[in-house]
Amino acid sequence: MGSIVVDVMLKPEILDPQGQAVGGALPRLGFNGFTDVRQGKRFVLTVEGDVTDAHLDAAREAAETLLSNPVIEDVVSVRALDESGSDGGDEQDDEQDDAQ
Amino acid sequence: MKIGVVTFPGSLDDRDAARAVSECGGEAISLWHGDADLKGVDAVILPGGFSYGDYLRCGAIARFAPVMEALVPAAQGGLPVLGICNGFQVLTESHLLPGALIRNDHRKFNCVDQRLVVENATTAWTSDFEAGQEITIVLKNGEGGFVADERTLDTLEGEGRVVFRYVPDAEGRNPNGSYRHIAGITNERGNVVGLMPHPEHAVEEGFGPSLDGRGFFTSIIKQTLESAANA
Repeated sequence: MGSIVVDVMLKPEILDPQGQAVGGALPRLGFNGFTDVRQGKRFVLTVEGDVTDAHLDAAREAAETLLSNPVIEDVVSVRALDESGSDGGDEQDDEQDDAQ
Repeated sequence: MKIGVVTFPGSLDDRDAARAVSECGGEAISLWHGDADLKGVDAVILPGGFSYGDYLRCGAIARFAPVMEALVPAAQGGLPVLGICNGFQVLTESHLLPGALIRNDHRKFNCVDQRLVVENATTAWTSDFEAGQEITIVLKNGEGGFVADERTLDTLEGEGRVVFRYVPDAEGRNPNGSYRHIAGITNERGNVVGLMPHPEHAVEEGFGPSLDGRGFFTSIIKQTLESAANA
């Protein structure tokens, strides 16, 4: 059983009131080093068996049609989770970057 | 004169919209989200509410409901469609209208009697108004901030497709952070109109701030009767 992660963010020029609310709360908790917060969405799509290129293609299409609204959002990445369940984080260099 | 009112799971104002149609002399026909059938109506209203719980994005899941499979091509072919509040969000998600609606800039849900200026009185839904006329109807939303890129905004203004604008307050602010104070827009053809405020809550003495909402429904009824007479 494999999974594909789709990350979606509001476009940089679109106001993000939710991110602003989070950003406003951080200093009240003593986190003073952050100048801005942007909040996005992560989708985890699970498939039977291993993730194939066809799955990834379908996930990219779904990301552009349903999971994001291209007027206000960017699909930041569409990529397979590795077997450990980690998406690789910073160490992943073969990340599929689907930013338009 | 049949006006369809779509009910999605989570629609709230479908009954009010149907009642407004009847109050203004039309026949309201219920349309169900799960049926790709417009039942031969002359126009369609997408009502306010929280279709599919507003999950994912407001209107995003409703866009793919079976009824929309019938409605989108019909609207592209000239069927008059009015999207109110959540219905406006559905119209932008369906790409029948440009732009998008995002969370109010002040992050609070709004419920106010709102002054608007009618800027385009030539659409299917606004012909009973006069350009420049000021009306007051209810506005109630959490995600009513109209946004679009500069080019789209310029196009909308240049082509007279801004149908309603909020009257800004003393500080120059509108109630939800909409770009250029835009409250409602139309497509190129003028048959599809979307707005955040609610005309259906301002059609009856004793309810709502005015009777200004009646103009939406009388406009479409007249236009449909005229086009039937000319057919």
